[in-house]
Amino acid sequence: MQEDYYRKLWWNIILTTLGFSVIPLFVLGLVIYLQYSESYQAKITESLKTLVENRVGAIDLFFDERISQLTTLANTNPLEKLREEDYLNRVFNVIQARSKSFIDLGVIDSEGNHLAYVGPYYNILKGVNYKNEEWFNAVMGSGIYISDIFMGFRKYPHFIIAVLVREKNNIWILRATINSDIIENIVHAAQLGKKGDAFIINRNNILQTTPRFSGELLSTPKAPNFSAVTGLTVEEMDYQWETNLYAANVIKSKKWVLVIKENPKEQLTPLLRARYITLMICGAGVLVIIIGAVFSTRAMMKELVQMERKKAVSEDLAMQSTKMAALGKMAAGIAHEINNPLAVIGEKAGWLKDLLHEEDLAQSPNFQEFADTVNKIELHVNRAKKVTHRLLGFARRMEPVHEKVDLNTILHDTIGFLENEARYRNIDIQADFDEELPQTTSDSAQLQQVFLNILNNAIDAIGKDGEIIVKTKLLPKINSLGVEIIDNGPGIPKEMLDKIFDPFFTTKEVGKGTGLGLSISYSIIDKLGGKMMVASEEGQGTTFTIYLPIR
Amino acid sequence: MDKFKVMVVDDEMDFLETIIKRLKARKIEVTGAESGQKALEILAAQDIDVIILDVKMPGMDGIETLREIKKRKPMTEVIMLTGHASVESGIQGMQLGAFDYVMKPVALDELLEKMRQAYERKLIQEGKT
Repeated sequence: MQEDYYRKLWWNIILTTLGFSVIPLFVLGLVIYLQYSESYQAKITESLKTLVENRVGAIDLFFDERISQLTTLANTNPLEKLREEDYLNRVFNVIQARSKSFIDLGVIDSEGNHLAYVGPYYNILKGVNYKNEEWFNAVMGSGIYISDIFMGFRKYPHFIIAVLVREKNNIWILRATINSDIIENIVHAAQLGKKGDAFIINRNNILQTTPRFSGELLSTPKAPNFSAVTGLTVEEMDYQWETNLYAANVIKSKKWVLVIKENPKEQLTPLLRARYITLMICGAGVLVIIIGAVFSTRAMMKELVQMERKKAVSEDLAMQSTKMAALGKMAAGIAHEINNPLAVIGEKAGWLKDLLHEEDLAQSPNFQEFADTVNKIELHVNRAKKVTHRLLGFARRMEPVHEKVDLNTILHDTIGFLENEARYRNIDIQADFDEELPQTTSDSAQLQQVFLNILNNAIDAIGKDGEIIVKTKLLPKINSLGVEIIDNGPGIPKEMLDKIFDPFFTTKEVGKGTGLGLSISYSIIDKLGGKMMVASEEGQGTTFTIYLPIR
Repeated sequence: MDKFKVMVVDDEMDFLETIIKRLKARKIEVTGAESGQKALEILAAQDIDVIILDVKMPGMDGIETLREIKKRKPMTEVIMLTGHASVESGIQGMQLGAFDYVMKPVALDELLEKMRQAYERKLIQEGKT
């Protein structure tokens, strides 16, 4: 039960300590992590936005430059000159010198006829009529046209820019084919990390550039559909069980949409590291707290158990001495009540004895019987008297004599009394004295009575063949002298151990012991200001320990 | 040794009667009193050398009687007889001038010895004055 109680208490303390220290630690860790995570996510989103805008700006700039080049060219050279292929060739060389992105240049009249052409596909394109082409109608309507990427006759991804020119009554079109490599390059620059991707789609969600992972040119991209966005968008989206961060924005010149994909795992590595570090710190903290809690609790419990034990011992001693006092009073009362009738019996018997001597009863045939009977009565009155007198001795509050005593000498003398008896029973009494033992003020006669009593008990307990060790030692810590009387007799059963100082408690045969010896010894030591204790193990022997104060 | 006069004071009649008979059988001049009051009356009427006085009696107890005896006849020797070993009452008795105290039950021979010693002391004390 006691064990259970301590275990429960132990757990309570541990859990309370852990609860009150671990919870704040976790809360702190979580708050710091969340704050960091939030600001880091914001930073990633911000940098992604900047990247998209930067790329979109670069593409827009590219388109603007090409358009202004063509417009300038168309408006500064009359049709008559440009339709001459030599002149056109010269002009083409001039613009190509500044930008390699132009592949070819063509002049087309309002009927869709190719008037002049400079470029690598002269034989294929020279005679083509564009009247039914979609772009032709678009440029006739809006003045400027930029096509989507297409493979065309050339089987190579490209697009065209066409500019409508009005010259007096004449309308004609300057048309340039432009290599889409440059746009590809601009977009590829935004393909970050190992898993990042970037691509352009048109309004029909068809890829205009070649992405790294998300599909083939001119097909539908393997990504969420961003073709309908109207402005800058940053979103975390799932696509085919993979969560990615997508940013998209519209390219103004051509209503295309630039999409940049980023793998959050890659981008969030510092965040993951932060989470890992936070967890590590929390874990280490918890470990330290647990170890600390266990150690401090263990120390505390040890202290507690010791205190409980001390308390139990002192309570035990207090109870024992109260018991002794009460029993002493009762014993004295009983002894007194018995002594009076005993005195009467004694006197009556004495009178009978007197009469036996004086009268002529000597001649009676039963004289011997009478004499014997009277003697027996006297004998047993004496026996009863001894008991009552010892009882009274037990209760007696005699002021002890104060004299300087040497415990070793008293013990030596006491052992001397018993040596013959012990030798006869083959019991070896060994003295293990501390020769430096100081003297103390006490009552040597009473101490001798106590030692004699304990040694007698030890001899009786052993019976035959055994060993008794008598030890003395100085105990400076409690300013006391200690005496230990150790026998290797049969020991005292546990259930009897707390009764052996009670008066009338005896294990000896009826008539052999009064059961008062140890209780008298106990009260003597108590009166002398000392303590008497017993420890015994059945089958091992018994140890009586006496502490006497040094004074 | 001269004959001396003894008085036994005890409320226990059986004890009192028997001890008187036994002392008389030993040729000792003895009277008995069953209370302190009675003892003082007898003491007023005649001279007593040694008084054996029970401590615990109903009415006037032994200590009180002793105090009275010592007031009236200070030369009378008193042996306190007690069933109670309380040393306090013994010491108290000694302080009040009792010769000695004896615990009940007591062997008659022992008591006789004490009485003789008490009487001797009385003689010495009287001789001095």
